Amino acid sequence: MIRLLGDFDMAEEARQDAFAAAIEQWPSQGAPANACAWLISAGRNKAIDRIRRDKLFRTKIADELAAGDGGVAEAIDEGHAEVFGDDRLRLIFTCCHPALNEEARIALTLREVCGLSTLAVARAFLTSEETMAQRLVRAKKKIRDAGIPYETPDPSVLEDRIEVVLAVVYGVFTEGYAATAGVQLIDVELCTEAIRLGRLLDVLLPDHAGVMGLLALMLLHDARRASRVSEAGDVVLLDDQDRSQWDRNEISEGLTLVDRSLSIRGHVSAYAVQGAIAALHAKAENSAGTDWPQIVGLYEVLLRLQPTPVIELNHAVAVSMVDGAARALDLVDSLAARGRVTQYHLLHAARGRFLQQLGRLGEAREAYSTALRTATLEPEKRFLAARIAGLQGVCTPPVSG
Amino acid sequence: MNYLLLIYNNEAETMALGETALKKMMGEYTDFTKSIVQAGSFKAADRLRPVSSASTVRVRNGKTAITDGPFAETREQLGGYYLVEAKNLDEATAIAARIPGAKYGCIEVRPIWPPEAY
Repeated sequence: MIRLLGDFDMAEEARQDAFAAAIEQWPSQGAPANACAWLISAGRNKAIDRIRRDKLFRTKIADELAAGDGGVAEAIDEGHAEVFGDDRLRLIFTCCHPALNEEARIALTLREVCGLSTLAVARAFLTSEETMAQRLVRAKKKIRDAGIPYETPDPSVLEDRIEVVLAVVYGVFTEGYAATAGVQLIDVELCTEAIRLGRLLDVLLPDHAGVMGLLALMLLHDARRASRVSEAGDVVLLDDQDRSQWDRNEISEGLTLVDRSLSIRGHVSAYAVQGAIAALHAKAENSAGTDWPQIVGLYEVLLRLQPTPVIELNHAVAVSMVDGAARALDLVDSLAARGRVTQYHLLHAARGRFLQQLGRLGEAREAYSTALRTATLEPEKRFLAARIAGLQGVCTPPVSG
Repeated sequence: MNYLLLIYNNEAETMALGETALKKMMGEYTDFTKSIVQAGSFKAADRLRPVSSASTVRVRNGKTAITDGPFAETREQLGGYYLVEAKNLDEATAIAARIPGAKYGCIEVRPIWPPEAY
C-alpha cells in the first residue's frame, strides 16, 4: 500500500480505514474469499476518497490511482504470493535506507517490518514511548520529504544496500544479546525478532552469502543463549558453559547455513566467517577439544575483511589457546598502545586473564579493576568483581594460628 | 522531485592543485554536466567564487550589517551546486556520486520544497 500511495502516513491511514470498513461489512456480508486483496483494494479506494477530499494533494495522484493498474491487489487476486513478498522486501529496504540514521533504521524496522508496538521499540532503546513515537514520526517525515523510494534498489547498489539491511538485523540481534546498559544481559524478544528477520530475508533473497552467513551466526549464538547466563543472572564463560543446554536444532541449521554461505564463490561474507568460528565452538565437546588453530586462522581472515579492535581482541584470545598467554598479551598490549580502545572493558578483562595465566597476579588484579570501572552491564561487573575476589584469595595467604 | 546538490570542497586544496590537475577536473565537470543534460536531469548549475570573495548580510532592528567572509568558517566550503530533477532520493544520490567533487569533498543532497506543499 505504501508503494501504491507513495506515502507512509497515507498508507497507514488507508490501512486503518480498510480495517474499519472490514469490521463494518464483514459481519453482515461475510468475509471475502481473499481477505488480504480485499483489504488492499478497500484501502486504496479509501485513500482515493481521502485524496479527493484533501485539496492539498494534486488531483493527478487520485486520477492515477483510480485508473490504476491494479497493482498489489490484482496480483494477489491472481495468486502471485511472491508479489506480496516483494512488497515486504521493498519495505525493508525503505526502513533500512542509508539516508536514515542508524537508530532510525533499527527502530523503523522493528516497528514497520516486525510489527512491534512503539512501546516495545522504545523499551529496546531504553527510552520513553513518547520519545520513540517522535523519532519514528521524524524518520517517516524524512522518508517522505527526501523522497526515499519504496523500491528494491537499483542492481548497481543492491549489494551495498543489502549490507546496510544486514547491519540493521545484526544490530537488533546484538542489542538483544547484550543490552548496552542495564541489568538484563539478554533480551530474548529482540534476538527472536532478529532471527525472524534473518529467515524472512533468506526467503526474499535466496542463496545470498551474506544473508545465510548472518542467519547462521545468529542461530549459532542463540543456540548458546540458555547456557550463557547462570540462574542467578551471572555471566558464564564459554569454557564453563553447560554444552548439553545448547540448542542442537539451531546449531545444525546454523552449520548447514555456514557451509552453504561459504560455498558461494566470489563472495566471502564476514558474517559467515564469524558463523564458521561459532560453528567450531558449537561442534566441540569442550574447550580443550576445540579446533583453536582453525579459529585463529578464521580470525585472521576476518581481520582482513573487518580490521576492528573487537576482532583483534578476539583473535588474541584465540591465539592464547594456541601459542599461550605471553604471545596473546603482546597482541593485546600492541592493540592498547594504538590507543583506540582504552575504554573498552573487555580488553582489560582479557589482559587480566592473560596476566593471571602468566602468574603476574598483581598486574592481573589491576587490569580486572580497570575493566570493572569501564564495564556497564551489572552481570559483567559481578563477574569481574568475582575474578578480583578470586585473586585476592590467592595473593593473601590465610593467616594460620 | 527537484534536488539541490551542494558541492563542498576544501578550497585551499583545490587552489593548490596544479594547472594540469585543475584542467583535468574542469574537463570532468564539463563531461558530467553534458551527461545529465542529455539524461534530462539537469535544471541549473553554477560554480561559486572562493569564500574570500564572500560577504554576509544581516538586518537587525532595520539596520543592515555587512560583514566580510562566509556565514560559517568550516573545513570544507560551498563551491558550487547543481539543481537536478530526479525520480527519488536514490536517483538523486546516484547523480551526486558522479559529481567529480564527490571524490575529494562531499555533496549535500537537499530536496527542494515545492510551494504547493508548504
